[in-house]
Amino acid sequence: MDWGDWLSNSQNILFVVIALLMVAAAVRVVTSPNVVHAALMLVLALGGSAALFLMLGAEFVAWALVLVYIGAVIVLFLFGIMITRAPTGRDPVRLDHERRWPAALVALATFATLASASVAAFEDEAIEGGVSSTGDLGDVLFSRFVIPFEAVSFVLLAALIGGIVLARKDPG
Amino acid sequence: MTALLDNFWVLLALKVLIIAAVVPGVALVFIFAELKISAHMQSRIGPYFAGGRWGWAQPLADGIKFMQKEDLVPEDADRPVFKFAPMVVLMGTLAVFVIVPFSPKLIVRDLDIGVFYALAAGSVTTIGVLMAGWSSANKYSLMGGLRAAAQLIAYELPLVLAVVGVVIQAGTMSMNGIVVAQIEPVFHIGEVAIRLPFLLQGQVIGFAIFMIAALAELNRTPFDMPIAESELVMGYLTEYSGIRFTMFFLAEYAGMFSMSAIAATLFLGGYYLPGVPEGALDVLGPLILMAKVTLLVFIIIWLRWTFPRLREDQLQSLAWRWLIPLALANIAVTAVAKVVL
Repeated sequence: MDWGDWLSNSQNILFVVIALLMVAAAVRVVTSPNVVHAALMLVLALGGSAALFLMLGAEFVAWALVLVYIGAVIVLFLFGIMITRAPTGRDPVRLDHERRWPAALVALATFATLASASVAAFEDEAIEGGVSSTGDLGDVLFSRFVIPFEAVSFVLLAALIGGIVLARKDPG
Repeated sequence: MTALLDNFWVLLALKVLIIAAVVPGVALVFIFAELKISAHMQSRIGPYFAGGRWGWAQPLADGIKFMQKEDLVPEDADRPVFKFAPMVVLMGTLAVFVIVPFSPKLIVRDLDIGVFYALAAGSVTTIGVLMAGWSSANKYSLMGGLRAAAQLIAYELPLVLAVVGVVIQAGTMSMNGIVVAQIEPVFHIGEVAIRLPFLLQGQVIGFAIFMIAALAELNRTPFDMPIAESELVMGYLTEYSGIRFTMFFLAEYAGMFSMSAIAATLFLGGYYLPGVPEGALDVLGPLILMAKVTLLVFIIIWLRWTFPRLREDQLQSLAWRWLIPLALANIAVTAVAKVVL
C-alpha cells in the first residue's frame, strides 16, 4: 500500500487524528496522577471511539456509546470517585502499582492479538451485507438474531438482580 | 444563490451561524419572560427601568454586566477542568438543536435516529456539571455536582422511556418523520380528515413523564437540588463568575428551549397546526413551533414559581416507583394498540 495515496484521502487523515487523540487519552487514563482526570480522559477516549463508529456509518452504535458510556457510566464513575475521595491537584495516595510493567506487557499483548486477528480475518475488504441503518439494525435484531438478543437481555437482567441482592442489607 | 447554497460547507456554516445567533437570542427572551412572569406571580413589577418600557433591556444589561466581570478562578481549583466545564455544558445543549425541525426544510440535519441523538447529546451536559462541581474545590460546588449526578440516575430512564411510546406510534425516530406521522389523518368525519398530535392520540402519560423528566434534566424547580440556593449557595455554579457563569446561564435557558422544542415536536405536532395548508408550512412552520415552545416554556416557569423544591430521595422514589413503571406500561399499551388497531 502506498502511504502517500493513503494519506491523501481526507477520511484517513481524520482517522489518524482521532486515533492519535484516543491513544494519547488512553495513555493518560492510566498515567494521570489524579483519578478524576483519568475518568475525564476516558470520556475523551470513548468520544473518539464514538467518532470512529460514526466514520464507519454506524450511527446508532456511536450515539448509544455516547448515551450509555459518556452520559451514564462515566457519570457514575465520577459520582463514585467524588463521593469517596477526590482531591483537586495531585492525589496524596499513590495511584501507581509495582506491577505496572507486567500490566503494560499484558495490555500490549492483548492489543497485538486483537489487531493481528482482525487484520488476518478481514484485511482491508469491505464486509458484504453489513447492516448500518438504524431501521435495518432493528429488523435484524428482532428477526434473525432474536434469540441471542433475548439471551443477552436475560443475562443482563440476572446481573441486575444479582447486583441488587449483593448491595441490599436485609436485617437479620 | 442556490448554487452557493448547494455547497455542503457553505450551507453548514450558514446553519451553524443561524443556530448560534437564534438560540442565545431566544434564551434572552426566555430570561426576560422568567423575570417578568415570576414578578407578577409574586405581586411584584419585576424589571422596570432598563430600556424604557417594561424594562425590556434587562437581560441584555445583565448579559453585558456579566461579561465585564472578572473571570475568577479559585486558588485551589483545577484550572483546565474548571475553565472547560461551562463549554462542555453549552456544547451539549447546543448540539441538540441539530435535529429540531423548525419547518419541513429548516432543520440542520434530519438524522435517521433523531430523538435518540438528542437524548445522547443532551446527556453530555451532566459531565460538564460534574466537572464544574469537582474542579471548584468547594464543598458546596461538590455537593451540587454530586446531586446533579444522582439526579441523572432518576430522570434519564423515564426520559428515554417516555419517548419510546411516540417512536412506536410514529414508526420512526427521525424528527421530521414524527411530525409527518402527526400530519397523517387519524380518521375521517364525512369528508373532513381529523389530524391529531400524538398528545391527543393517547400519549398523555408519555407527555407528562417527558415533561417531569425534562424538568429534572434542566435542574429546574421543583428539581433544582443541584443549585438549591438556600442550602448550597449556588451549587456547582458557586465559584463561577463573568463569561463562564454567563455560559451556564445561557445553557440553562437554551436547554429549556431545546427540551420544549423536542416535546412540542414529539407530542404537540411540531411545526404543524391542523388547518394550516401544507404549502404554507415553510413560512408559518417556525412561528407555529415557536408558539408551542413558548407555551411549554411558560408552563415550566409557572411550575417553578408554584412548587417547592423536592428532596433528592423524593425525586428518586418518584422516578423509580411511579415514572418508570408508568412509562413501561405506556410502552406496552402503545405497542399493543399499534398492532391491534
